[in-house]
Amino acid sequence: MSPGDFQFLADLLKLRSGLVLAADKGYLVESRLLPVARQRGLDGLAALVAGLRKRDEALTRAVVEAMTTNESFFFRDTTPFETFRSYVLPQLLASRAAARRIRIWSAAASTGQEPYSLAMLMAEEKARLAGWRVEIVGTDISAEVLTRARAGLYTQFEAQRGLPIKLLVKYFQKEGDQWRIAPELRAMVQFRELNLLEDFSALGRFDVVFCRNVLIYFDQATKSTVLDRIASRLPEDGMLLLGAAETVLGLTDRFRPVKDRRGLYETNRAKAA
Amino acid sequence: MTDCLVVDDSRVIRKVARRILEGLGFAVSEAGDGSEALAECGRHMPGLVLLDWNMPVMNGLEFLQQLRASNGGDRPIVVFCTTENDLDHIQAALQAGADEYIMKPFDSEIIEAKLQSVGLL
Ligand SMILES: C[S@@+](CC[C@H](N)C(=O)[O-])C[C@H]1O[C@@H](n2cnc3c(N)ncnc32)[C@H](O)[C@@H]1O
Repeated sequence: MSPGDFQFLADLLKLRSGLVLAADKGYLVESRLLPVARQRGLDGLAALVAGLRKRDEALTRAVVEAMTTNESFFFRDTTPFETFRSYVLPQLLASRAAARRIRIWSAAASTGQEPYSLAMLMAEEKARLAGWRVEIVGTDISAEVLTRARAGLYTQFEAQRGLPIKLLVKYFQKEGDQWRIAPELRAMVQFRELNLLEDFSALGRFDVVFCRNVLIYFDQATKSTVLDRIASRLPEDGMLLLGAAETVLGLTDRFRPVKDRRGLYETNRAKAA
Repeated sequence: MTDCLVVDDSRVIRKVARRILEGLGFAVSEAGDGSEALAECGRHMPGLVLLDWNMPVMNGLEFLQQLRASNGGDRPIVVFCTTENDLDHIQAALQAGADEYIMKPFDSEIIEAKLQSVGLL
């Protein structure tokens, strides 16, 4: 790929999805985009970039999606889910006792493992949540992963990665070699296409946001704005959970880390807008 | 350091499992079938048993039932690791006292995730 084409592609990705494409990622571009070119009958990456330069919107979306990293698994890193169950949820049960409503946002839901893990966690707590309305919203920039998330169908490999066997048996049905999430869990989660770089006020307010393993792909300025805008979707006592390699420190003063709870952040009331 | 007994009639699988488990910091011993494994547990009760289902002499389920009924046999964490991947087998394993269940083929990521979920990592 010519340096000019690479730069054009890097600028486009940064603008459209926030992805920072480092100069040494040529191999990644090839392995992700050659199949896109082939699928569209384009002869190589130069032809593909030529199409992008002509502002072919369908092609642009396909390229943006193909460049996202969608890896996910159930109860990823364990700790955030344990923190949610043992620390965040008890607080919500007390503070939301009048409205009896909890809204959770999985802001980079990928193929659905994160929002479904939350749905399972809430289903396991159903004794404490009787009469409560629990809404889980999963969003992602990629239409393709959302189609998979909505289907809720996982390979044996995916179904085993992080998912305790007792939960697999309880909340999945076997279909051939694959495992499908139970309808009652599926019904707890709504999926919507959403770009974190664009306005998301239409989603409404959330009590808790899981925004994990997506900010790592953005530059500092983009991380800051996204975090600030997430803060605006949260009430004064809202909470945020980030991925293991992510933080708010040095990026925004609208959140602050909760002491001794790795990955958990609370809104900084003094700074709330 | 937790010690782990790998029970499988395939020497190759035992070798693969040993490599993964040693990489995770376990001290590994091996048995080729359920009765060998019971004898081994009688000598020394491990913290973790990685257990195949279909084996000659004594299969994994029978081993598990006898282990759980034996003195101190309620202590080890038992993780099935088998090609049997239907609900009936999984339910039977859980009923017999299995803590986790891995459907072959497995890799180091799956083993690591499963051991994390039973609190061993
Ligand atoms: C590595 S996955 C993380 C999945 C899950 N949160 C987890 O931690 O396992 C990252 C996801 O972020 C999505 N993504 C990347 N850029 C995005 C953007 N600008 N807006 C919304 N989603 C984006 C990708 O499509 C991908 O599915």
